[in-house]
Amino acid sequence: MQKTLKKYLVIFTVPTLIAFSFAFIIPFVMGLYLSFCEFATVKNAKFVGLQNYITAFSGNQKFLSALLFTTAFTVVGIITINIFAFGIALLLTKKIKGTNIFRTVFFMPNLIGGIVLGYTWQQMINAVLLKYETTIVTNAKYGFWGLVLLMNWQMIGYMMIIYIAGLQNVPTELTEAAKIDGATSWQTLTKVIIPMVMPSITICMFLTLSNCFKLFDQNKALTNGAPMNKTEMLALNIYNTFYGKPGFEGVGQAKAVVFFLIVAGIALIQLKLTRSKEVEQ
Amino acid sequence: MRTKEHSNKKLGNVIIFCFLCVLTVVFLYPLFFILNNSFKGKFYISADPFSLPNAETFVGKTNYVNGLLKTGLFSAIGWSFFITIVSVVLIILFTSMTAYYITRVKSKYSSILYYMFTFSMIVPFQMVMFTMTSLADTFHLRTPWGMCILYLGFGAGLSVFMFSGFVKSIPLEIEEAAMIDGCNPLQTYFGAVFPILKPTAITVAILNAMWVWNDFLLPYLVIGILTDYKTIPVVVQMLVGSNGNKDMGALMAMLVLSIIPIVIFYLTCQKYIIEGMVAGAVKG
Repeated sequence: MQKTLKKYLVIFTVPTLIAFSFAFIIPFVMGLYLSFCEFATVKNAKFVGLQNYITAFSGNQKFLSALLFTTAFTVVGIITINIFAFGIALLLTKKIKGTNIFRTVFFMPNLIGGIVLGYTWQQMINAVLLKYETTIVTNAKYGFWGLVLLMNWQMIGYMMIIYIAGLQNVPTELTEAAKIDGATSWQTLTKVIIPMVMPSITICMFLTLSNCFKLFDQNKALTNGAPMNKTEMLALNIYNTFYGKPGFEGVGQAKAVVFFLIVAGIALIQLKLTRSKEVEQ
Repeated sequence: MRTKEHSNKKLGNVIIFCFLCVLTVVFLYPLFFILNNSFKGKFYISADPFSLPNAETFVGKTNYVNGLLKTGLFSAIGWSFFITIVSVVLIILFTSMTAYYITRVKSKYSSILYYMFTFSMIVPFQMVMFTMTSLADTFHLRTPWGMCILYLGFGAGLSVFMFSGFVKSIPLEIEEAAMIDGCNPLQTYFGAVFPILKPTAITVAILNAMWVWNDFLLPYLVIGILTDYKTIPVVVQMLVGSNGNKDMGALMAMLVLSIIPIVIFYLTCQKYIIEGMVAGAVKG
């Protein structure tokens, strides 16, 4: 059967492969090479070695400050989103009336696109700040917490659904046994339930990590980096380097490679963690 | 004793229920906020954004009409639908075939493809953003159809990965029986294999549809703001970005209109969407 199927290689794989080459393979290889070049268009590139990488990390490129802002935002995002989502998931698995409606509502923001969400929240936050005669772009703190608020609103529902699925798999015999043994609700939660839903926690942690770290649309819409690029995250910083200042395309590409290496590193750690867990089970 | 515990639990549930109701209001408020303000005159919005429209501030459909005239949002909704539907159909059709081939035929070619698709899932868009745009320019892909081809390429990673996971679990006997009956591989695939793939196809379709529909950067870079093929996120961005002296009323109205299709879609296919997103999270 393999042999006959093999004759159909072209029909089965080539359409995908062509599109994949245009969208990914060729741009990726070109991108790697161009990060060592000075160029304005792809056709007139001049090899400059590591110069772009050195420039990328210089102070006026704001790449390091964007990395710092992104990291701070990601850490706060992971903690708040997961605590809220887990808390709500606990409440929604208590067989309360209307659970389905609550679930539907909490999940909904997750489906709305980042640009639309960003402007919706920008309008709302500005409406509140108006009372204090200021706007979200005047102070980097507003931008930071605005972004945290927005991402919480968007991602809590998604993480909540994954936690609910995990919590429903905890056998009731276990929690009942703990109760009979005299465990308090807090002890049952920390000693029985949380260890049992650890796989869901790992999934949610990495999902929030990668979504927060790679955030672009919401950042662009909410503050667009204002004031003075202080609320600029990595993805937006790279975008602005490419399209904001002519002559820095090579630096932008070098930044993109660094960004890719960090993201790939995170993904590898995740893979390793989930693999080792599977072996234990 | 028993009744006391029982009534305690009941009271607890009432408190939780009330808390969840408050939370529901909090979650829905931003949507209500833009809906509410979309009916107010543009000069009244910043003056008192939290009040309901009254006889003085209510302007009916003015903001909607102004916004639509200024942005051409209806055409954007049309193009968003076109690009999303065509891309998803292409993705489902071609990536499932590719996944079937590379799972069933064990060769170097298959495993190289599989590793490349998997690898592409961890590469952020910024890495290929600039080079892909200039490649699209060279090959005249800066059209709605070209966008669909690019989406097929970008969506291939996750989709092939999810389909191959499922193909592995399908017993070979079904295909062998079809082959013995004289079907060629294409007939076997579409007659016997593809129908079994349906649950995964629904998941893949939903994940890709949500992504393509909401995607901003790819259409913004490839199609741009000067053509007639703008999608919804591009139009929203343009409405805010273009004029410093922005029409808040029109902005609110356009935000409302761009959210409506997705909410309808969510309420009609809720079950599949939630299942699909969870499956995608666990596998991706």
